[in-house]
Amino acid sequence: MVAGSDRRGPGQMSNETPMSRHHTRHVHPDPPPDTDLSAAVAALSADSGPTVIVACHDCDLLNRLPGQSTATILCARCGAVLRRSKPNSIERSLALTLCGLILFVLSNSFPFLAMKTGGFIQETTLLTGIHELWKQELFGLATLVLLTCVLVPLAQMTGLLYILAPLHWGRRPAPFAARVFRLVQEVAPWGMMEVFMVGILVALVKLGHMATIVPGVSVFSFGTLIFVMAAAFTTLDPPLLWDRLDLRR
Amino acid sequence: MNGSAVTARRLGLINCHDCHLLVEAHQVAIHPRCPRCGAHLHARKPNSLARTWALVWAAIILIVPANVLPITITSALGTKQADTIMSGVIYFMQTGSWEIAAVIFIASVFVPFAKLLILVFLLLSVRCRTAWRPKDRTTLYRLTELVGRWSMVDIYVVTILVALVKLGAVATIEAGPATVFFASVVVLTMFAAESFDPRLVWDVIEEDA
Repeated sequence: MVAGSDRRGPGQMSNETPMSRHHTRHVHPDPPPDTDLSAAVAALSADSGPTVIVACHDCDLLNRLPGQSTATILCARCGAVLRRSKPNSIERSLALTLCGLILFVLSNSFPFLAMKTGGFIQETTLLTGIHELWKQELFGLATLVLLTCVLVPLAQMTGLLYILAPLHWGRRPAPFAARVFRLVQEVAPWGMMEVFMVGILVALVKLGHMATIVPGVSVFSFGTLIFVMAAAFTTLDPPLLWDRLDLRR
Repeated sequence: MNGSAVTARRLGLINCHDCHLLVEAHQVAIHPRCPRCGAHLHARKPNSLARTWALVWAAIILIVPANVLPITITSALGTKQADTIMSGVIYFMQTGSWEIAAVIFIASVFVPFAKLLILVFLLLSVRCRTAWRPKDRTTLYRLTELVGRWSMVDIYVVTILVALVKLGAVATIEAGPATVFFASVVVLTMFAAESFDPRLVWDVIEEDA
């Protein structure tokens, strides 16, 4: 089928246009088409250039998106964001991910915070707190902190690198890249470095009046890492990536 | 809204939860995984209401010891002092750093309770099959998904304090028993928000229309 001329019969959407970056399939309404529905579908797929049909993830409404657009598109019914335009997303995310990995190494190799009280210095790294919790036999808690502040962010960054690098250098997608990307998205709510940073601020105020707290190199690289990671994920364009990672074509 | 909304389900399509590929339902009956990203496909999250209720109840039970038991135990020069979440907030207010008091209060007290209330409200509204402001209820859901993680602040504060303050006989801070309960509440409510399917809010309206 040729882009820009995808004609559709009533009650049937057909949309394997080469232009459509999205996920669309032939639809044969198996139950006898009720007239209301087929009219609605016809309206939904009225001819206006290459369009893409997407189901809203929050309310399941089918929305028609223009094939090429720089606007942010919201669901017509519940207002969820369906698509955002992101120029050069692969290159930008890749650059930011690499930067993030460097900062991650820095954050884990230098002292984090040090406390000075009367000639006594207590120096810590990022992992000291987790180690202390473990020693107090709070194993679950130690694991939770380790996962949310160290392992999940690391997994997200290496996952993104694994997906983006082959795409950027024009190779075929890496093996299982689609699965890796799915996992990267699924673990995202459990990466909580920015929450940890707020925790640091609170702890600093709490201890500020009884001792001098000296921030180490690690605090600064960790703080920067948060912004770099956030930027890497905002520049990421999941619909585009899903399309590039789709090995079925 | 109206009952004539064209949803993926009405057309016999399943929207992949992870990559948003639209797959025909009868294909899914044969092959339950998404052909593009490999995720398990289902028209709605499985047993969404039962799972969410279970997780919410567990969180409601655990939020009591989380707030009553001490979250940190400070030993300084032979005296021991146990602090709960609320006594920490009050301490900060009394020492004049009300911004920090506000941060802890919002993250550790307000957010967990508000989140549980919202989830219970959403669950009840689906059960009562109300057609009341579905768009606002969806927004509420998105809000609970977004803010839940910030409750972890207190856990991280304890982690950092425990690491920094261990000056032997002079001063030590230990994590109290409430930390485990509190962390469980945060994790359970995050899972609860994840297992609730906001599309149910719209489904009941369409079915009743």
